[in-house]
Amino acid sequence: MSEVIVITSGKGGVGKTTTSANLGTGLAMLHKKVVLIDTDIGLRNLDVVMGLENRIVYNLVDVIEGSCRLSQALIKDKRYPNLQLLPSAQTRDKSSVSPEQMKKLIESLKEEFDYILLDCPAGIEQGFKNAIAGADRAVVVTTPEVSAIRDADRIIGLLEANDIHHIDLIVNRIRMDMVKRGDMMSIEDVIDILAVHLIGAVPDDEHIVISTNQGEPLTGSDCLSGQAYMNIARRITGEEVPMLDLNVKNGFFSRLAGVFKKK
Amino acid sequence: MGFFDFFAKNKSGNVAKDRLKLLLVSDRANCSPEIMEAIKNDIIKVISKYMDVDTEALDIQITQTQSEDGKEVVPALFANIPIKDIKNGNPNK
Repeated sequence: MSEVIVITSGKGGVGKTTTSANLGTGLAMLHKKVVLIDTDIGLRNLDVVMGLENRIVYNLVDVIEGSCRLSQALIKDKRYPNLQLLPSAQTRDKSSVSPEQMKKLIESLKEEFDYILLDCPAGIEQGFKNAIAGADRAVVVTTPEVSAIRDADRIIGLLEANDIHHIDLIVNRIRMDMVKRGDMMSIEDVIDILAVHLIGAVPDDEHIVISTNQGEPLTGSDCLSGQAYMNIARRITGEEVPMLDLNVKNGFFSRLAGVFKKK
Repeated sequence: MGFFDFFAKNKSGNVAKDRLKLLLVSDRANCSPEIMEAIKNDIIKVISKYMDVDTEALDIQITQTQSEDGKEVVPALFANIPIKDIKNGNPNK
């Protein structure tokens, strides 16, 4: 039985694409057959975060318009052959695809894959409607900021209005040092406000920037964010994993110590 | 409330949380500023039949409050209406 999960946030720049890449990689590491679909037509980015930008021949719109077969557009990941990417089109716009066409496409992918992850564009317009059309469940990504949480709340409302009731929350880019000072909302504050199930929190970690630079998702690596993403991937499969303690390695001196420990 | 709690209340994290809570109540109630303005004008119309109110200082907003049984938080329309003078007699006369 395959599951279709849309990764969404409302606000842009909170880490949807990074989360999609890392959760896809994490699920693939757990030996699941995974396909990542970049639904952000016109602003494709999942391919670069995955480091697969040089392998694109056909894209989502080509498949939907019937210009190529589905298997021709799917790109195998560099490291995990059970992970594939369906890239978005860069020179088209959101109106090139309809929600019905997305549903049909997803149906045809269900036979082959355990998990279908949809990287949703920012906003609540056509692109969002396309992305959620075939989804069974949603992962909402937010950061502990007023604007991101407000948009997440709106998105949660829209998901429920579209009959997607299995909603999990990721609090991204949390800085425990700022939370301790009282200058950032805590994970508990965010859950309290949004009243949805938390599936994990990811710390603000410079390793993410490095991994994006290199085009290699860091899920499973020994840094804190890598562990956090792996834990979330496990929770998505239904495994019970205790919440990661994000407080470690956060002080200046322990961070310094971490620098010396690495290589 | 302890000494430190007093300062903790003013921390920006708490400020953000409080602002968001208020903001989301009106977002969720799906009340546009136009509707709020219309409600405000109607309230002024009704109340000014009975008393002289300060229409400039009148403030209405949607907030959260405990429900009657105290079990859940429900949205509430909060109106702060400063009275200038209470008119005497029956307004319908």
